[in-house]
Amino acid sequence: MKVMIPTPLRQYAGKQASVELLASTVGEALGSLVSRNPELRKHLFTDDGKLRAFVNVYLNDEDIRYLNKESTRVQESDTISIVPSIAGGSASR
Amino acid sequence: MSIVLKIGKSQFEELRHHGEQTYPHECCGVLLGQINGEGVKHVRAVVRCGNTRVDSPHNRYHIDPRELVGIQRKARESELDIIGFYHSHPDHPARWSPTDLAEAHWIGCSYVITSVEQGRAAQTNSFALAGEEETKEFHDEEITVE
Repeated sequence: MKVMIPTPLRQYAGKQASVELLASTVGEALGSLVSRNPELRKHLFTDDGKLRAFVNVYLNDEDIRYLNKESTRVQESDTISIVPSIAGGSASR
Repeated sequence: MSIVLKIGKSQFEELRHHGEQTYPHECCGVLLGQINGEGVKHVRAVVRCGNTRVDSPHNRYHIDPRELVGIQRKARESELDIIGFYHSHPDHPARWSPTDLAEAHWIGCSYVITSVEQGRAAQTNSFALAGEEETKEFHDEEITVE
């Protein structure tokens, strides 16, 4: 399966835009990704191993929070996308 | 490292015009392109996004991550990357706000802000997000319109 790496995290993943790996769940795929690229860990996970709040993980077009989270099963043809959130706004009231 | 954002005139006008169209609400979108070895970002396409912050659209924006997933996937098919984002500040200066910094997580990318005054696009500025999540800061970035 394929994991898409967003631009800011590529520097911690061998400058690759995507990585091919074998996994049976989303958690296994992310675990494999960070074991290959240890510097990525702190950018994806908190110290207690939870996904950071601003890191969205999608299995194909679905947010894993609305599937089975990291236990969501994956197939070889699937794509996981990591997308940090985008938000903000002016200081006007 | 240079801190420059290069953008075509039509793309620059496109992102400014978007802010006029959504006024008095904030607009938002994605900048696709390439970053060269010297850190210069070259915008090749501007992609409009919807603002999901319908509760407070005059001073907040949020891009649906599902929309981003599709944009990221399509960009790679064209060998482009997400290199930045843009949004507008209706009747407010084109400077980043504390909310803009707190909610910015794409380190190394550009955050372009256009102030829209009484419905007309005024100043457009770009800020490059630098550091790491815990130490992040915005650096002023020169925009070169080509």
